[in-house]
Amino acid sequence: MDVSTAFKPTAGDIDRALVIRNLRKEYRPGNPVLKDVSLTVAGRGMTAIIGPSGTGKSTLVRCINRLVDPTSGEIHFRGHDMARLGGRELRVARRRMGMVFQEYNLVERLSVIENVLCGRLGYVAVWRAWMRKFPARDVDRAFHLLDAVGLGDFATQRADQLSGGQRQRVGIARALMQEPDLVLADEPTSSLDPKTSVEIMELIARRAGERGIPVIVNIHNVDLARRFADRIVGMSKGEIVFDGPPRTLQDAHLLQIYGGEGWLQ
Amino acid sequence: MTDVSAPSPPSAPARRVAFPPNWPARIAFAALALYVVYACSVLDITWARFVAGFGHGARFLSRMFPPNFAHDKLELLYSGMTESLQIAIIATVAGVLLSLPLGLMAARNLSPLPLAWTARALIALFRTFHPVIIAILFVKAVGFGALAGMLALIVASLGFISKLVAEAVEEMSMHQVEAVRATGAPFLSLVIMGVLPQVMPRFIGFSAYQLDSNLRNSALVGLVGGGGIGATLFTAFQRFDYDFVLTIVLAIIGIVMIGEILSGWMRRLFQ
Repeated sequence: MDVSTAFKPTAGDIDRALVIRNLRKEYRPGNPVLKDVSLTVAGRGMTAIIGPSGTGKSTLVRCINRLVDPTSGEIHFRGHDMARLGGRELRVARRRMGMVFQEYNLVERLSVIENVLCGRLGYVAVWRAWMRKFPARDVDRAFHLLDAVGLGDFATQRADQLSGGQRQRVGIARALMQEPDLVLADEPTSSLDPKTSVEIMELIARRAGERGIPVIVNIHNVDLARRFADRIVGMSKGEIVFDGPPRTLQDAHLLQIYGGEGWLQ
Repeated sequence: MTDVSAPSPPSAPARRVAFPPNWPARIAFAALALYVVYACSVLDITWARFVAGFGHGARFLSRMFPPNFAHDKLELLYSGMTESLQIAIIATVAGVLLSLPLGLMAARNLSPLPLAWTARALIALFRTFHPVIIAILFVKAVGFGALAGMLALIVASLGFISKLVAEAVEEMSMHQVEAVRATGAPFLSLVIMGVLPQVMPRFIGFSAYQLDSNLRNSALVGLVGGGGIGATLFTAFQRFDYDFVLTIVLAIIGIVMIGEILSGWMRRLFQ
């Protein structure tokens, strides 16, 4: 199939879109994990990236907010090439990208509300973080977001006392706390049971949807991807091998993405 | 059923050895024992020398009793002890405050490698010498008194705590740090919200231990001219005031025990 024409953003989406061009990442020289990937993600809806482990999905998402430095290529978002930014400019760009992690990555010894307020660290002065003197507006929003993810009563509990699903809800609240223009989710459900996984995906889709924030989610559960994403990108061996709406994803594509066939029966 | 669990045939009489003799270890122990005997003979440590030493010790002890609680002596004890406490507390506070940035700089997962290695070299330098030797250097450099003792203990605290802080930082979860970094936090905010919560309990533990150890060492640095109770103790020895020596020793034991209780209590409080 023709990858480049599978999805056409409308003109209004262009300035809010994420445009990745020829993105390449080699952890060891000559051994690319991402092989010149190009991808345009519209400024709305959920895009799911599926593919086997070790295929570069996580690297791709981490290049977008530069937790991983790409070897070459461009990542255009809101007028900046993320791949070229550094120092303060990078931090200012980063604070508009919320991220949800597979292992939740909460600061275990901080309280739930402190973890949510971590989402404001890109905005507030260092002394405010040190004294825990966050602006009242931020604190109100943090409580509001905790209510929205159903953890209003847990605000002052330490993060390490929560269950996996609860932690991920805090992770989502932290990401939304950044007032992001884009949410990146790296395997947000892989450490959760099936029921909680669905709840978490629902929560991400609903909370981002109502704010009109585009979501890019790495996920290896194809059913969840089909159910929640507006668009599915299939990766295999560092390249995009499928790109289209969920209804067009056929078994033949899955074979191409994951290889083998026994597992499809 | 596998072959392993099958009973061995009766035609295999050779008994298997579970604990084969470790000849290199046996030889090493024998050599060590021989060397200890040889060293004793070279140093002329004989039974007769021991008996003579015990006689000395007994006379010394008898001159220590009863401890001297005379008013003027207690005043000396009090002023020496306060000075030692002040030296220990100031040195701990200053050492702890300085060791946090130094330890963070020395952590290879946070700071750029050249900076990390520079900080590590500095820490290694601070740790090279015993506080007493550092105190001798400072006494020569800044003169007799509390300042020299304090500086010596600051250096010792720095070496100890920063090394442990660096190790604690290197062992922390980078996942948590990564998440805070992803929010666009500036470096210091990242340290405050992502790093310190992870290392703080251990840091407080190290600091409490260092306070304890500075209390003990503050008496030591005084012996070489660093002020405090050590100086009082040294003078008492020089004047053969052995009964006052005993008073001082008892006071030091008391302070050290109180310090140990306090530091244990502090560690529990911040777990």
